[in-house]
Amino acid sequence: MMSTPGPKIRAERSGYLSIDGEQWLHMYRQMLRIRRFEEQVNELYLSAKMPGLAHLYIGQEAVAVGVCEALRRDDYITSTHRGHGHCLAKGASMDRMFAELLGKAPGYNRGKGGSMHIADPDTGNLGANAIVAGAVGIATGAAFSAKMRGTNQVVVCFFGEGALGQGVLYEVMNMASLWKLPILYVCENNLYTEYTPYHEVLAGEILDRPRAFGLHAEAVDGQDVREVYVTAQRLIERARAGEGPAFLLCNTYRYYGHHVGDIDRSYYRSREEEERWKNERDPIRLLGSWLLQEHLADERVLEMIDREVREEVEAALAFALNAPYPDPDEVRRHVYADEAQL
Amino acid sequence: MSTPMKHSSEGKGADRMISMAQAIREALAEEMRRDPLVFIMGEDVAEAGTPFKVLKGLVEEFGPQRVIDTPISEAGFTGIAVGAAMTGMRPVVDIMFGDFLTLAMDQIVNQAAKAHYMSGGKWKVPMVIRTTMGATLRKAAQHSQSLHAWFAHIPGLKVVIPSTPYDAKGLLKTAIRDDNPVLFFEHKAMYSMRGYVPPEEYTIPFGVADVKREGRDLTIVAIGRMVHVALEAAQQLAELGIEAEVIDPRTLVPLDRETLIESARKTGRVIILDEGHQSYGVTAELASVITEGAFYYLDAPVVRMGAMDVPVPFSPPLEDLTVPTSERVVETAKALCGRA
Ligand SMILES: Cc1ncc(C[n+]2csc(CCOP(=O)(O)OP(=O)(O)O)c2C)c(N)n1
Repeated sequence: MMSTPGPKIRAERSGYLSIDGEQWLHMYRQMLRIRRFEEQVNELYLSAKMPGLAHLYIGQEAVAVGVCEALRRDDYITSTHRGHGHCLAKGASMDRMFAELLGKAPGYNRGKGGSMHIADPDTGNLGANAIVAGAVGIATGAAFSAKMRGTNQVVVCFFGEGALGQGVLYEVMNMASLWKLPILYVCENNLYTEYTPYHEVLAGEILDRPRAFGLHAEAVDGQDVREVYVTAQRLIERARAGEGPAFLLCNTYRYYGHHVGDIDRSYYRSREEEERWKNERDPIRLLGSWLLQEHLADERVLEMIDREVREEVEAALAFALNAPYPDPDEVRRHVYADEAQL
Repeated sequence: MSTPMKHSSEGKGADRMISMAQAIREALAEEMRRDPLVFIMGEDVAEAGTPFKVLKGLVEEFGPQRVIDTPISEAGFTGIAVGAAMTGMRPVVDIMFGDFLTLAMDQIVNQAAKAHYMSGGKWKVPMVIRTTMGATLRKAAQHSQSLHAWFAHIPGLKVVIPSTPYDAKGLLKTAIRDDNPVLFFEHKAMYSMRGYVPPEEYTIPFGVADVKREGRDLTIVAIGRMVHVALEAAQQLAELGIEAEVIDPRTLVPLDRETLIESARKTGRVIILDEGHQSYGVTAELASVITEGAFYYLDAPVVRMGAMDVPVPFSPPLEDLTVPTSERVVETAKALCGRA
């Protein structure tokens, strides 16, 4: 603990401290919002109040928050089946998220999308996607369009390491590199593609893949929101400046099952492993203790944030539970953009 | 009245009531024991036994050389299966959700379906693609589709949709022994459905429809889970004095036209049920087959009831509107029989 830090660590420390403490506190709150929101989602599943399943992001909060903190509101993201964290970090509000998860009318997508399909133009969310690598084309296309339209927007394309199995990712990374598109591919390696350890289905080194197409590629500790934020910030501004796409590998871990119903996990990973990540690598606790250590916050402030977040979750949930289901006519709406003519 | 081959689950001993999942597993295990060329590949098929647990235990018996976990690379591993099939193996590919067939479309439609024809009959592609179908499970638009009609449209592919554990086992064994690419659709909501499956070995030939219930007033042709919707409706209709005949084609390609036409000629009234979208789908094809074959015997136009032509919505009250239900079938049947 007390050993003298090396030059790299010292530089990082002063780098982190050059960022306003309020901003770190905001990231702390954002991570906590995702955590508490999703704990409630799990409760909804366990108490049979939520239709279907949901894929919890708990454990990976530092990735969504660190990356989205470096984005403008009008920048775009695409997300995945494990998307609640990305959506919240990009600015979604909890009440409409809960409503969507319950299939209720005031949900972000009128209840028609559900957990895996939250989309919201107001926050630049092009949509979560239930097809693995399903959004990589959309994300790259948005970057293509931002460049064509000259808007200075950047796109972040979130996906799990499982998406590295899909050929379309390599097709679009090639074009992104050829055409210097303003996009950051964020790969979250949480070690498992559903129920299979990733190394059983992935050959070679992950970073060699984007590098083969000439993308700038780096890896970070995805449990350390400071490292994620600082790196993402640099790569996003690089893309915004027209210097081309990049690939950010975030090493992370999901605490819960592949989805809320994946309760017995012993056949693919051990309890000890789960406990080790929760106890030693928790992104919220890591940031919290650093904030205390650097006197950027005291216990009281962190407790207050937690209390406020819990109140936010409670109110949002009540809103969603009390909300009506969509009108039956809704089922035929929005199949085509010009429905009035049909 | 019926051979054991035709009527699967009626009145047989309760000792062999097994689930659809178990029936499928048995078919695979038996075929893998019989033929060392048969192997399984797909995502999470080994230790996990798929998310539906259908393949549970197979890797323990046959090992990871024959029950192979793949990356999430549907195009890649389906293509590998096509090549393996052409060169002597008999792959059974697992596409977890039928919706993901879209990712492997070139391999299935341009490669597997055409290799035999384009080579003038020189190459064969003996492979099975097992996949799932079906809505009302709150899985939203990208995990709920029933895309079987697409494949039935492509010459060179065979298409199988079982509605009972008995049919699933016998048809899957036939599919594995078939020398063509076969799409085998399993309904996600039916894996736990139980039915009689005899202990002794059997296969069910393709192209033989099964009369699941006999009746003289009305024919209901139904596929997959819709067979059970039809049977429920038939039960209710019987109480009203309308005797519905329920026919399950079991294989869309090849199709048992005769059984459908014969029944339509007998009853003069036909409803067709399917969980695929109604427009340009299976209901349209079957309606036209029946109309062509039984036109002068029909008392009314053939009625089609497919899934609503919308992407499957997540919200439960909306999703439930998109697929035919027994209540709606009863209403339709009553109107068709002039009893509304
Ligand atoms: C094309 C496609 N194939 C398979 C699936 C089923 N599936 C859903 S999530 C998943 C694993 C994804 O792993 P990863 O990308 O690492 O994301 P994680 O779940 O770990 O967040 C699979 C195979 C899918 N949704 N889409």
